[in-house]
Amino acid sequence: MKRSPKETDESAGLVTRRGLVLGGLQLGFMGALGLRMRQMQIEEADAYQLLAEENRINVRLIPPSRGVIFDRNGVPIADNSQNYRIVIVREDAGDVEEVIARLRRLVDLDEDDLERSLKEMYRRSPFVPITLVDRLSWEDVAEVAVNAPALPGITPDVGLSRHYPLGEDFAHIVGYVGPVSDNDLSKLEDPDPLLQIPKFQIGKIGLETKLEADLRGKAGTRQIEVNAAGRVMRELNRDDYTPGTDIQLTVDHGLQNYAQARLAGESAGSVVIDIETGDLLAMASSPSFDPDLFVRGISTTNYRELTENKYRPLFNKTVQGTYPPGSTFKMMTGLAALKAGVMGPEETVYCPGHMTVGGRRFHCWKRGGHGWMNLDDALTQSCDVYFYEAAQRTGIDTMAELCHQFGLGERFKLPVSAVAEGLIPSTKWKAQVRDEVWRPGDTINAAIGQGYVLSSPLQLAVMTARIASGRAVEPRLVKSIDGVEVTHEEAPPLEVSTSHLNMIRQSMYNVSNGRRGTARRSRIVADDIRMAGKTGTSQVRNITAAERARGVFRNDQLPWERRDHGLFVCYAPFDKPKYAVATVVEHGGGGSSAAAPPSRDILLYALYGDVPPLDAYPSDQREGIQEMHDSMVLRPRQKPPSGPTRA
Amino acid sequence: MSYLEYNVQTVPTGARKLLHANWAIVILLTAVACIGFLMLYSVAGGDLGRWAEPQMKRFALGVVVMMIIGLVPIWFWRNMAGLAYLGALGLLILVEFFGVVGMGAQRWIDLGFMRLQPSEVMKIALVMILAAYYDWLPLSKVSRPFWVLFPVGLILTPTALVLKQPDLGTAILLIAGGGIVMFCAGVSWWYFIAVAAAAGALVFAVFTSRGQDWQLLQDYQYRRIDTFLDPSTDPLGAGYHITQSKIALGSGGWTGKGFMQGTQSRLNFLPEKHTDFIFTTLAEEFGFVGGFSLLTLYGLIILFCILSAIQNKDRFGSLLTLGVAATLFLFFAVNMSMVMGLAPVVGVPLPLVSFGGSAMLVLLAAFGLVQSAHIHRPRSR
Repeated sequence: MKRSPKETDESAGLVTRRGLVLGGLQLGFMGALGLRMRQMQIEEADAYQLLAEENRINVRLIPPSRGVIFDRNGVPIADNSQNYRIVIVREDAGDVEEVIARLRRLVDLDEDDLERSLKEMYRRSPFVPITLVDRLSWEDVAEVAVNAPALPGITPDVGLSRHYPLGEDFAHIVGYVGPVSDNDLSKLEDPDPLLQIPKFQIGKIGLETKLEADLRGKAGTRQIEVNAAGRVMRELNRDDYTPGTDIQLTVDHGLQNYAQARLAGESAGSVVIDIETGDLLAMASSPSFDPDLFVRGISTTNYRELTENKYRPLFNKTVQGTYPPGSTFKMMTGLAALKAGVMGPEETVYCPGHMTVGGRRFHCWKRGGHGWMNLDDALTQSCDVYFYEAAQRTGIDTMAELCHQFGLGERFKLPVSAVAEGLIPSTKWKAQVRDEVWRPGDTINAAIGQGYVLSSPLQLAVMTARIASGRAVEPRLVKSIDGVEVTHEEAPPLEVSTSHLNMIRQSMYNVSNGRRGTARRSRIVADDIRMAGKTGTSQVRNITAAERARGVFRNDQLPWERRDHGLFVCYAPFDKPKYAVATVVEHGGGGSSAAAPPSRDILLYALYGDVPPLDAYPSDQREGIQEMHDSMVLRPRQKPPSGPTRA
Repeated sequence: MSYLEYNVQTVPTGARKLLHANWAIVILLTAVACIGFLMLYSVAGGDLGRWAEPQMKRFALGVVVMMIIGLVPIWFWRNMAGLAYLGALGLLILVEFFGVVGMGAQRWIDLGFMRLQPSEVMKIALVMILAAYYDWLPLSKVSRPFWVLFPVGLILTPTALVLKQPDLGTAILLIAGGGIVMFCAGVSWWYFIAVAAAAGALVFAVFTSRGQDWQLLQDYQYRRIDTFLDPSTDPLGAGYHITQSKIALGSGGWTGKGFMQGTQSRLNFLPEKHTDFIFTTLAEEFGFVGGFSLLTLYGLIILFCILSAIQNKDRFGSLLTLGVAATLFLFFAVNMSMVMGLAPVVGVPLPLVSFGGSAMLVLLAAFGLVQSAHIHRPRSR
């Protein structure tokens, strides 16, 4: 709309007046803001500076207590112990060097540890508390507390740290925890804020890492006021943590301890499984190591000792180690032949000590040969030639199918690290993986558990349990989580005829009880708990023609690395199978001498629930057994902690 | 139309327009933004890429937008005022249905490359429509009740929508911004006195309604008022921000603790240190000198705007300039009052300093309107 020049001037005048009023008001308000700023920053600055120094409100996370791991009887395997430590806040310490020099006069500081802590301290924000020393005695902590005025920024602190009361016994199963590393953090998409706590412990290996989600728990928070010295003035609010879930294992701590002790000195692994439920009662791997070393942060010297030991203490031989099963595999070969109907139970094969297949001569372990052998003779005396013939008639693929039914070549889902799949070869496998044609000689090797066949002690124990029960028993290691039993479906029956299984079982009985049985020395004489078993000796070298000409080397003449692995699988009682055991002694020589005796002893412990009485042993061995038990350093069986059981 | 009464030929054309832009304001805005970059760099702990760099890019974009808007004749923008208002209103209604829920309130529309806050756009659109309205309205009718009620409706409609989000801070800014334009247009003092009295009554009603069935504000808003009145009652809960902000600010002293040396801000006491509470970091690290310098820069911007408005004989241009200046003033006045403990925490950013895309872009676009008004102001021969 058009406006007269008069109106325009009037409007402009009005806007100018009002604009100036508005500007005046705005400038006035700004002046007020400036005055307020002056008042706060200049007149009251000292008071606010004091507040800034003194009144720091921090929110700190309360780390949850980690879930306790119990054995099947409720005895703690991994728990949390009080841990006194010294914590430094860089910002509050001022002269860090000086403060640490003073601290050094009071407490022993490990140089390596200290260097690591200091590096961590300079990497993080100045107000983050960093642990300088761990696992102090109460006296040391008291000393530091008394001298607090001379140690700005230093506070004694108490926290929980993982502790493994049963030491080496469970190192392989349970694993260990350690301070969270940058590497751990980088692997996580959305890391729990807890992991930002310096030195927060998380599972590094074994069950501790596999069940980390259950064990860790949830952080609580604590809102605190701290003063300039970093001392907590008052707690304003607390939101408590949710502790980690307790876990009960199927393992029996006494049996595990006995098995570890029985295998001591050898590089060996042994697995005890409950034939009915699949519960793993022991998984011993020797030699072992002290998991507490890793919790504390292992020194390079100790670590090198562990990694350079040729017995490989860090390696879990029970699930991770795979070995040619040797003659313990013959039950599979025999059963496959029976099942395929290519070999009658009483059909005999003549063993001249060798067999020629595809132009190559395959030897029996007995150079002179066994003569006429039926299945029972062949298993009891472990004749190789019989099984060469049986395997040739059956074919590798039919054998492989049966092996998988018995758990060989299967990776069991257990919450421990590095569970191996092993290997059951087949024509398809060789074509796919090796891009080669299956040769008749390969079948011959496989017939006696050599060549490509590989299995772990765990798999052999499962195989034995399945032979004994006729059911597809699944191994389980976790009995209950947070007091809730881990349910287990009843194992379905295997697709094998019972009469065939009975034949195999009877032969296994004869192996350890028969007059000519290879494991006769390791029999159990107590009538109601007779043992059935099978020895195995697997070559780790090829016997050259030259060696054969000179006469095969005896094992004890060879360097350790080239000796045979000794294997033994067994179960008892024969009439009413309860437990199965599989043992591999790396480079231990023959199965009957190296693996059968410890397997028998471990099985007996499982049956008696304690160190077995001497009358279970053959009378001529009792003296030796007594001596052995006397020299073994065993942990006394523990009772679960009194009071309401947590697991 | 009023501009025709002046000699259009006196208005600069083409590239010469740039010579007539209000460069003082551009320089002052840039200075304020630079303080912002410094502080964003500092609160990120010396990380340029976290907040400072994106902020610089947006500022550069904003300046370009400002100059483009400034080169477009002011009469075009006046003709656009109604459209801008209706568009902003439409967007506000849209966020009710499609808005992204952020910080507990529905405020954003996600455009992909940036998040648009329609309430920001509305602040400027409201100033435009009111300036255009009073440009159109004969002076004699300005204080007549009917002609007063109409702009009041223009103000309260978006305010109601913003309150529903709920965003108390923006609602207050809309009412205050609109009121200031009405005041500058010459609406009688009596209306403002009456509104002030009514506001007093409303405050009384708000407090008496508490805990009743007809409670007027949300619980959290009451808590904010409570803790504003006495922050010490709840040092960790709602009073936390105010207490910590005052401590940080007060401990700055004369010259502050030095760039990147602010312990309070560093300690993460302030969760919104890069947005609403960025002034505390400035005041802590550069002390009174730093805080007062920023205040002075803002004051100079306001001053140059008022001078430009007084020189401008075009009613729309001068009202718009005063309105935009008032919007800027309200932003920093409310924000600073908040961090100094003079006002409740209402979530208003510090203009051009706080990290935030749409607020900065919209503000610079508004200053583009100021430039346009300045460049295209009527000149006597």
